[in-house]
Amino acid sequence: MAEDAHAEGGLTFHPMDQFMIKPLFGEYGDPVHWYTVTNLTLWMALAVLCVLGLFVFATRGRAVVPGRGQSVAELAYGFVYKMVEDVTGKDAIRYFPYIFTLFLFILFANFLALIPTSFSTTSHIGVTAVLGFGVFFAVTILGFVKNGASFLGLFWVTSAPLVLRPILALIEVISYFVRPVSHSIRLAGNIMAGHAVLKVFAGFAAITAIAPVSVLAIVAIYGLEVLVAGIQAYVFTILTCVYLRDALHPSH
Amino acid sequence: MATTPIEQELAGACVNSLGNAIGMPQLCDAWFGNQVFWLLVALVAIYLILTKLALPRLSAVLAERTGTISNDLAAAEDLNRQAKDAEAAYEKALADARAEAQRISDEARAAIKVDLDAAIATADEKIAAKSAESEKQISEIRAGATASIAEVAKDVAAEIVKALGGKVDQSKVDAAVVARMKGN
Repeated sequence: MAEDAHAEGGLTFHPMDQFMIKPLFGEYGDPVHWYTVTNLTLWMALAVLCVLGLFVFATRGRAVVPGRGQSVAELAYGFVYKMVEDVTGKDAIRYFPYIFTLFLFILFANFLALIPTSFSTTSHIGVTAVLGFGVFFAVTILGFVKNGASFLGLFWVTSAPLVLRPILALIEVISYFVRPVSHSIRLAGNIMAGHAVLKVFAGFAAITAIAPVSVLAIVAIYGLEVLVAGIQAYVFTILTCVYLRDALHPSH
Repeated sequence: MATTPIEQELAGACVNSLGNAIGMPQLCDAWFGNQVFWLLVALVAIYLILTKLALPRLSAVLAERTGTISNDLAAAEDLNRQAKDAEAAYEKALADARAEAQRISDEARAAIKVDLDAAIATADEKIAAKSAESEKQISEIRAGATASIAEVAKDVAAEIVKALGGKVDQSKVDAAVVARMKGN
């Protein structure tokens, strides 16, 4: 083991190691079962704790004039509530808790992932695919339940000339089924790429000559990642709202 | 290089014998079950926290705030109206008081005028009486004076006649004097 480390030399790049899932307890190298408590479990639990802290602990005073914590909680609540109301419509407010759950999970997972040596749960396509396909199936089933067969009108663009409609229908169907893929890969890809790039620059920092440049680059990319963390949570949520609107009001 | 049992166990589809990731850990299918399971647990936990605790509380707080603000605005409007009413009442009281003062001063002026007129009338009467009396006295005095002058004139005329050596006929002298004085 020591020999191997020596053989690799000073410059070692393992930018993807940070995404490895490891058991939190037990022997090093224990198999990871679906129920195993892993580093992924820990950081998801921390996200849940953050939600609990911000939305239950900070609002425990139920103050009419809010404190700092309660203000932030109210701001997040109002932000997503207004987003659902504006993008999806007033009749979709009953789905607000589900959308808010998604938003808060992604937001806190993204921001917690920015803590050095933390684990980025939303960088895993397995995680975001569950979110993306969950939205896709929920929205599709809801569309058929609410509108019946007329939900298929979503693919039949009546405002287009008749000859174009079959072609447009094909494009619409393809784009509809690509939605969950793009929805989940967008989030996982952004987070993974950002964190991998940070790790690559951190590897370069081992070389004295380029260490200052490397550290500056890490600072710059870290700032960008802070933006990305918030923006990706917002994008995921607003796209969910858009898909939900299509399901509730399929006519173009 | 001989690998220890732990390293052999570590090595697999996703991890090499050094404990480093092979390719993208995201695509390691051995870990998908773990990700999906714990994600669902986390999402259900957040959903329950939100629906059972956070959202009812937040919507109650927001509703209470809206209620408080509209109540306060209504109260402020009420107070504003009360202040306006009070101001109107004050203006009215002021105008009433001014009218009352005007009326009282008018009354006083009228009463004084009546008294004054009465006093002037009395004074005029007294003056008239006094002047009539004076007139009478003056005429008496004048009559007295005329008589005295006639007496004196008669005596003087008689004496002058006597001094001139004439015979004094008192009755003729008197008649002449009277006739002379009437000629005035």
